Amino acid sequence: MGTLFFCFVALLLAGYVALDGYDLGAGILHLRVARDDAERRQVLATIGPLWDGNEVYLVAAGGTLFFAFPLLYAVSFSGFYLPLMIALWLLMGRGVAIELRNHLEAAPWRQFFDAVFSLSSGLLGFFLGVALGNVVRGVPLGSDRVFLQPLWSGVGAGQAAGGAAGVIDPYTALVGATAFAVLAEHGALWIAHRTEGPVRERARALAPRLWAISLALTVGTSVATFFVQPHIPQAMAAGPWRAAFPAAAVLACLGAPLLHLRGRDGAAFAAWSAFLALLLATAAFGLYPWVLPSSIDPALSLTVEQAQAADASLRTGAAWWVPGVALGIGYTVYVHRCFSGRVPRG
Amino acid sequence: MGDALFLHRLHFGFTITFHYLFPQLTMGLALLVAVLEVTSLARRDDRLHQAARFWTRIFGVNFLFGVVTGIPMEFQFGTSWAGFSRYAGGVIGQTLALEGVFAFFLESSFLGLVLYGEGRIGRRGVTAAAVLLFLGSWLSGFFIVATHAFMEHPVGYRISPDGTLALASLWQVLSNPWLRWEFPHVMMGAVQTGAFAMAGTGAFYLLLGRHLEQARIFVRTGVVAGAVASVLQIAPTGDVQGRLVAEHQPVALAALEGLFESGPGAPLALVGQPDVERRRLDNPILVPYALSFLTYRRWMAEVKGLDAFPVEEWPSSVPLVYYAYHVMVGLGTLFIAVMLSAAWLLARGALFRSRAMLWVLLLAVPFPYVANTAGWFAAEAGRQRWLVYGLFRTADGVSRQVSSGNALFTLLGFMGMYALLAIVFLFVVGREIAHGPAPEPPAPAAATR
Repeated sequence: MGTLFFCFVALLLAGYVALDGYDLGAGILHLRVARDDAERRQVLATIGPLWDGNEVYLVAAGGTLFFAFPLLYAVSFSGFYLPLMIALWLLMGRGVAIELRNHLEAAPWRQFFDAVFSLSSGLLGFFLGVALGNVVRGVPLGSDRVFLQPLWSGVGAGQAAGGAAGVIDPYTALVGATAFAVLAEHGALWIAHRTEGPVRERARALAPRLWAISLALTVGTSVATFFVQPHIPQAMAAGPWRAAFPAAAVLACLGAPLLHLRGRDGAAFAAWSAFLALLLATAAFGLYPWVLPSSIDPALSLTVEQAQAADASLRTGAAWWVPGVALGIGYTVYVHRCFSGRVPRG
Repeated sequence: MGDALFLHRLHFGFTITFHYLFPQLTMGLALLVAVLEVTSLARRDDRLHQAARFWTRIFGVNFLFGVVTGIPMEFQFGTSWAGFSRYAGGVIGQTLALEGVFAFFLESSFLGLVLYGEGRIGRRGVTAAAVLLFLGSWLSGFFIVATHAFMEHPVGYRISPDGTLALASLWQVLSNPWLRWEFPHVMMGAVQTGAFAMAGTGAFYLLLGRHLEQARIFVRTGVVAGAVASVLQIAPTGDVQGRLVAEHQPVALAALEGLFESGPGAPLALVGQPDVERRRLDNPILVPYALSFLTYRRWMAEVKGLDAFPVEEWPSSVPLVYYAYHVMVGLGTLFIAVMLSAAWLLARGALFRSRAMLWVLLLAVPFPYVANTAGWFAAEAGRQRWLVYGLFRTADGVSRQVSSGNALFTLLGFMGMYALLAIVFLFVVGREIAHGPAPEPPAPAAATR
């Protein structure tokens, strides 16, 4: 049952990255592709009725983690106390900016919320990557099953207790930069798919460049990951089925620009969504059965079996989770259909 | 360590108090908007639809603030209360995840359609979406109250070999006898907040002499809903809740009522200040025998006072519990008086001309917020020093490794952030009310097209 729920949480997180990813990407590019008020309203209109439903995938993932892996939820959320709180503030700023911007005609009001929207989206994209980087690299988890990660250590900050690396270190910053780039590309493909006119042209012009940067950073991160977390290459060698995810990710990554160049905006966006979901699956199933590696001693890493709730509880959970999430995915599809089609300027 | 525990409690208390200012209006308005839309469709009356559109715009802003202040709540169980999450996550994680999966998907998907979808799914579609939105917001309330009811009166669990809680029966958790009365009690509180806001806004326009036709719809809808909810709030939902507390948490009942001495024929304290050091109520106004009668339906029934329990078992702040409860009950009683008088004038056709009553309705708008907040304080502070009553102490639930300095840092951050949010909320909603329910809405939020 623990393994099943590991897949469920991974599914919700993959859904979150693919869906809210385009909201974040649109936010990152907002000031770049939309130059005047009418164009900014055009970009916001593509995500306005959708972003809130997309964010529910994160909340549902958090809730599922809470009941299926109470130990993991408790250990990791308290260990990442400060960075999580900062991420929450950014999520707040983003939501408020999207919804309140158009309530007033005044230019300073709108410019302020445009800036908040863009800045919080960019930082959230970066920090989502940093978070993933931390989970892959591991945290100073001892046998007492408690850790508290400092934000950073080293230069100007002194050494953290036990020499633990901070939440932000060169490796996690690299993953953060990669997340920022792949989400920006996601946003470019989304805007190209959902708008028309000059905004679409600018997004289309940005897409190939962002793709090249994304590719370079993804390759760099992959290589670094093999050194930082040797468990992943070992696991892939032992169980070649795990390699299916990165292999499919490569196909999706190469497919997106080909579809884009042929002018098939929707298909290119779909391919890139699959790429993001597969990147997440690569990390998740590369680590499995670990759910939180220990940087002190690999043997102290938290596993699915140790972190999961009782099997009987999980059987009850699965009985409502599966139909409930199927219904939720149904709503997402329905709402995306209702609000499909290109949004004109203003 | 005591310092850190206090700051973590203040942190959670502050963020959840601020958060719950929004969902109570969301849940109340969701019902009223759905009723207006359905009635409008059934009677082919466009004025009711126009009223619903106005309140949907305010609902949209309010819902947004509920979402952005609500997400931190789900995370704070883990960040600040790791011990509790580890202990009880197997049970309360399920009710919280049920909320995410069954309520949040529904609400957030259909809110977009209610706000921006009329051109795409038509009037019937918007009405259906409004009903689904109501369903989603009340389901959300149900799962949260189910979580809370478990903490007050744990059922449907068993204790695992490692000492943590596991779910034995989800059905028992969701049909908890505590929940059966707490849920309608909390929902009636939310309906009062929505109804008072709607009636008060209508009264404001009538006093100003603007938007008269819409204002009458607001006042009529708000007064009818408010009168029904105010009565149901006290009887039966509040009354049975009180007797459940007496049965299962007698020490909390003694603190709520400010009863220091046990005895038969216990009096009901209407006013007074608990003096915990001297174990008495200062400046009391008492109704003899009333507490015995209300609790056990017998005038001479024995009620246990605080003296029947060791001080370590008392709620950590008896005065806070006492004041919160008295504010809630006092206001709840006043609400019945206000709303029944207004309903009586409405039935006689005199309400819209009675400037005094319209003034009362306008000035009453903030008070359901106070009563709802006080009610949660009474429930939460009354359960201390337990997190899960009888099973798990609050002091054991905190994240031990998160220092008081870190907790204060994020508490101050939340305070600053929420102060800004409150100002922006009042500004934006004030503008909507100043603009009024005119047929031409101002530019709606992000999906302008």
